[in-house]
Amino acid sequence: MSRAKLSILAVATLVALAGCAKKPPKQLPPPPPSSSNPSDNNGMGNGSGNGVGSGVIPGSRADFIAQAGSDTIHFATDSYDVDSESRGILSAQAKWLVAHPGVQATIEGHCDERGTREYNLALGERRANSAKNFLVSAGVPASRLSVISYGKERPVAEGSDESAWAQNRRAVTVVPQ
Amino acid sequence: MKVWKLMAALLQLTAPIALSAQAPSGNGGRLVVDINGGISQPMPIAIPVMPTPAPKGTPAGDTASLGDRVAQIVTDDLKGSGLFQPVPKGRLAAVAYPQVTAPDFPTWANTGAQALVQGFVQANNDGTLTVGCYLYDVFAKTELARQGFVVTPAYWRRAAHKCADTVYTRLTGEGPYFDSRVVYVSETGPKNHRIKRLAIMDQDGANHRFLTNGQAIVLTPRFAPNQQTITYMSFSGNRPRVYVYDIGSGHQRLLVDQPNMTFAPRFSPDGRYIVFSMSNGAGTDIYRVAAGGGAPQRLTNGPGINTGPCYSPDGARIVFESDRSGTQQLYVMNADGSHQQRISFGGGRYATPAWSPRGDLIAFTKIGGGFNVGVMSPSGGGEKTLTHGWQDEGPSWSPNGRVIMYFRTAQGSGHADLWSVDLTGVNERRIPTPLDGSDPSWSPLLP
Repeated sequence: MSRAKLSILAVATLVALAGCAKKPPKQLPPPPPSSSNPSDNNGMGNGSGNGVGSGVIPGSRADFIAQAGSDTIHFATDSYDVDSESRGILSAQAKWLVAHPGVQATIEGHCDERGTREYNLALGERRANSAKNFLVSAGVPASRLSVISYGKERPVAEGSDESAWAQNRRAVTVVPQ
Repeated sequence: MKVWKLMAALLQLTAPIALSAQAPSGNGGRLVVDINGGISQPMPIAIPVMPTPAPKGTPAGDTASLGDRVAQIVTDDLKGSGLFQPVPKGRLAAVAYPQVTAPDFPTWANTGAQALVQGFVQANNDGTLTVGCYLYDVFAKTELARQGFVVTPAYWRRAAHKCADTVYTRLTGEGPYFDSRVVYVSETGPKNHRIKRLAIMDQDGANHRFLTNGQAIVLTPRFAPNQQTITYMSFSGNRPRVYVYDIGSGHQRLLVDQPNMTFAPRFSPDGRYIVFSMSNGAGTDIYRVAAGGGAPQRLTNGPGINTGPCYSPDGARIVFESDRSGTQQLYVMNADGSHQQRISFGGGRYATPAWSPRGDLIAFTKIGGGFNVGVMSPSGGGEKTLTHGWQDEGPSWSPNGRVIMYFRTAQGSGHADLWSVDLTGVNERRIPTPLDGSDPSWSPLLP
């Protein structure tokens, strides 16, 4: 219980740091209303989130991202190895998926633009399968997981530099809205 | 109905008519374009407006204006090859119809032209057009070639390309390629959400039209040898699979119904088979299936990613890329999958191999520092880099194995354009398209 809380805190810190590293806001956003505090719906089954007055509906994509910390893991160049940071994210994703047995997920594999088109389709498939295999080993039934590769067709970062490429080498676990 | 009309037009075009002019055929052989030393000295050539024996309106415009436009297409084709330097239009004398078979050689010699292309455009009583095409050696004052083409007015551009092919073939000794088409992926929209549509056009960019509506991502189209069918990959229904598209009817069908992604399709030279890649969760292998569908036959058996298959022109072998050694490299195997041998050993990675229709070279994308298109022999020798963009990718050969089309992606914006380059590595030039373009596939020569 306390470990779960800790990891959520750690993830929240990571997210906050990442946000700072990317683009420090000139002005801090207003604090969120207390009813939408993610810790209210921490996937333990007895959270206070009942959908009324809450910004995050249990079992939704927003809930998944809030609880797992991220829907995305990243890869090194031309690699489909899941590193330790990604294993932490996937473990949290698996925990949420196990707690929501009715949810089907699609894992999208993506590549940076510095690869040929067809090879990247295959590499994106490998990345999606790496994520899927980890989730299955963590207890998510394979029948609930499908994979699709977009190769280099759908980047999230539009630049042509190392930073953009690092963001685009990814596998995204997509659950319904 | 449309298909029938097209076929009728093609049949008429396949049979060059014997022109009635009685000028003796020259022995030729003297006037030759040096194609081996690259294109350092393009041959000066004059291509004046083609007269008409009797001005007459046609659905493609009147025959006088057609004579102007046909000469312009011949000029553009020959200039675009990089092997010819057309005399500027302002220095071209008007040609009277009787002069078509009796050129005023001293006048043409004064322009510096070594070769002269003359011709005529005539409207026939049955609604067709005849385009006559004559090639002369200006200094020897001899005729080198003559051809006539009968076309329905809708195909007047093809008669012009056939004329240019006649000149090109006679003077270079290379096979023809101007009367051909390109299928490619037209791109537009932001980099993170490109709209991609299949599009088809003549090799010079004319007669452009879209084949798909952009609702699904489409990739890597390839012509069937009959040029009436295209195989490509589509994300339709969020299921990335290989499809087969019939140009005449617009009908498309799934090639094989498999649970996993299929991609990288190519026809066999006889059109009977399609080779493609399929992922199986652990790796990606190359399969072969009858073009009409059926049970796929597996040709590679891992490890790693095996993709980008392309048949040799005789259909006996397949070149492909595999990262089984750790990085993408080129391999050649027999068409049944036996005897797989690596052929690329230079520094860097190699991808997207394309076997020349002449059989003598394999073009590829070389990844090492940058992305460039290069060529090597089928045994891996004589490697040469041909292009110099930030990201050049996906070579496709002209029907005569002399020119390579590819696409060039710009750093940052992600905008992509179609380009071509002579196999000697000179004459890099952009192919005009209405929007951005990628994944070009050059058709065989039209019949």
